[in-house]
Amino acid sequence: MDLLEFARGPALQWAAYILVAGTIWRIVGIVLLEKKPDYSEPRKSGGYPAAIKVIWTRAFTAEPFAKATLYPKMMAYVMHIGLFAVIFLFTPHIVFFEGWTGFDWPGLPNSVIFFIGVATLVSGVALLVRRLTNPVLKLISNFDDYFSWFVTLLPVVTGLLIPVRALFRYEDLLAIHILSVALLLIWLPFGKLGHTFLVFVTRGTTGMVFERRGAKT
Amino acid sequence: MTTVDGRHTIDREAERIAYKPPEIRHDTQGDLSTEERVEHAMHHFVKNFNTQTASYLDGCLHCGMCADACHYHVRTDDPRYTPIWKIELFKQAYKREVGPFAFFYRLFGFKKKVTIKQLEEWQHLLYDSCTVCGRCSLVCPMGIDIAGMVSMARHGMFKAGLIPHELHETAKKAAETGSPLGVTAEKFEDRLEWMADEHDVEIPVDVEQADVLACMSSIEIQKYPESMAATARILNAAGESWTFRTDGFEATNFGMLSGNTEWQKEATLKLINAAVKIGAKTVVLPECGHAYMAMRWMGANMYGKPLPFKVLHISEYLADALNAGKIKVKKVDKSVTYHDPCQVSRRGGATKAARDVLKHLGVDHREMKYGGDYNWCCGGGGGVVTIKRADELRHRVFKLKMDQVEATEADELLSSCANCRQSFDDSQEHFGWKYKMGSLMEMVAENLEEDNS
Repeated sequence: MDLLEFARGPALQWAAYILVAGTIWRIVGIVLLEKKPDYSEPRKSGGYPAAIKVIWTRAFTAEPFAKATLYPKMMAYVMHIGLFAVIFLFTPHIVFFEGWTGFDWPGLPNSVIFFIGVATLVSGVALLVRRLTNPVLKLISNFDDYFSWFVTLLPVVTGLLIPVRALFRYEDLLAIHILSVALLLIWLPFGKLGHTFLVFVTRGTTGMVFERRGAKT
Repeated sequence: MTTVDGRHTIDREAERIAYKPPEIRHDTQGDLSTEERVEHAMHHFVKNFNTQTASYLDGCLHCGMCADACHYHVRTDDPRYTPIWKIELFKQAYKREVGPFAFFYRLFGFKKKVTIKQLEEWQHLLYDSCTVCGRCSLVCPMGIDIAGMVSMARHGMFKAGLIPHELHETAKKAAETGSPLGVTAEKFEDRLEWMADEHDVEIPVDVEQADVLACMSSIEIQKYPESMAATARILNAAGESWTFRTDGFEATNFGMLSGNTEWQKEATLKLINAAVKIGAKTVVLPECGHAYMAMRWMGANMYGKPLPFKVLHISEYLADALNAGKIKVKKVDKSVTYHDPCQVSRRGGATKAARDVLKHLGVDHREMKYGGDYNWCCGGGGGVVTIKRADELRHRVFKLKMDQVEATEADELLSSCANCRQSFDDSQEHFGWKYKMGSLMEMVAENLEEDNS
């Protein structure tokens, strides 16, 4: 078994198992804790529609905070939209997903994906610089913040390097890229990258609690 | 019970402006050992971890955006005042003791045990520099309710005997006498009688059966007694069957503010029992923000079942009564800006009520820029106004409020919270500011149409 076969086979497979198991473990660990009933008379209905509302609305910054948070928000938007595009709209990735799911969808031209990949990387670096220099972020950041940044952008970097074949064989570059993806999948459920799924829980919870009060969400 | 350090005496009569901050930045209560304090704090932190708090504590991205919404950080640029940092110990306890990966955190020492030094340091962050105003909760991209968790973290701090002296003393007095300012039933009755004579208004007290139970805050009883007369005039004009009760009149809840859930429950049940006893259909809460949170949104949960009556903040009662034509008011030819009490508006959901009232009054209502739900807090909520050592910081953050009010160029400044009013009055004196905080309810009472038919 060569490196590429290992990356495509057991590495990716086990990373996927760990991703699923870790995610379930984390969600169950939260959900199984005590749930406190709320006996107060609701002002509005709340419930799941309120949760869905806030899951959507909290993606946007309220106007009073727009100016102060403009820079990190813009960088975060570029990074998240960029990651979505390079993962799901790059034709070789679509082919890969088709192999797993049987579904395919139209992708973007490779040159566009390359440009988006570079923009994603630049926004990620900008966010790191901010984390290293902003007094608030310097104080509140920990290992998880830096390691999560590293494992998120590593696949972007290794992906962008694949077309550059001056020093390495294509197969080796591809294997390294897939292994970096495996690392991302393994880490995702355990650290702050868990916000991929926790964002629905936290926003949804706030939506339900505050909407039933008729309070600002 | 509470240990007063020699360098930090409590002088309730001292002029606030002349007060010098103490050298030490933390106070202690009780004779607990260091280990016991840590153990109690951890035990009561853990007691608050449920599905809701766990998702919040697990979900933080460390993006730091909450700092931009916090008046303490905005005015000082001190990163320690970043809201999420204020609950760092609470988070640390969660991840180490309860979270889904707590075992690994403990095994590999990824999260250290909370220490007494940290708890002492965080007393300033959890009490002196957080009014639980919840503005940070609105900016968080994950939707985390940080303010709610500050309140929960205070439970552990109280049990560890690590809260500011003045807040502890005030909460203790409330638990012992039924009022944070020591207003006994007799004193309340005396002051009601005085106001009834002074304003020539009938004030029913201890009526055995009534539809409406009206409550007061001690701040009003002692510092703004006209509120009692105004409440009576309004409820009389509306033709309500109502009463004040000497066995349940105090709506403030310093148990909640200090972090003592037992005291919080006692204060809440006192009001509930009084209301149940007279068969009240509605409890009208006074102009007090945290009283609204304590009864409207937390009262039933303290009771353990739904309340058998409606709970209304006085601004909600006024809006309902005016909208239904139960009371009528004369038009007021003034421009007014309104300061939203955080617990009534942003966190309580009654933002519209005061605006309805202002509309009926016909004033030129000038909304503050980013007013309403995004309003800057007065700086005195969450018990902060009682903590004298926090005065310097409180005055510093009040500057944001001053700018917000002044920009409206309104003739008058109104609110519907006696605690905000007290905080404004103190800061007004400190800065020699031109604006004097007025009461929305008193403006309604002063402008009631005599003939209400």
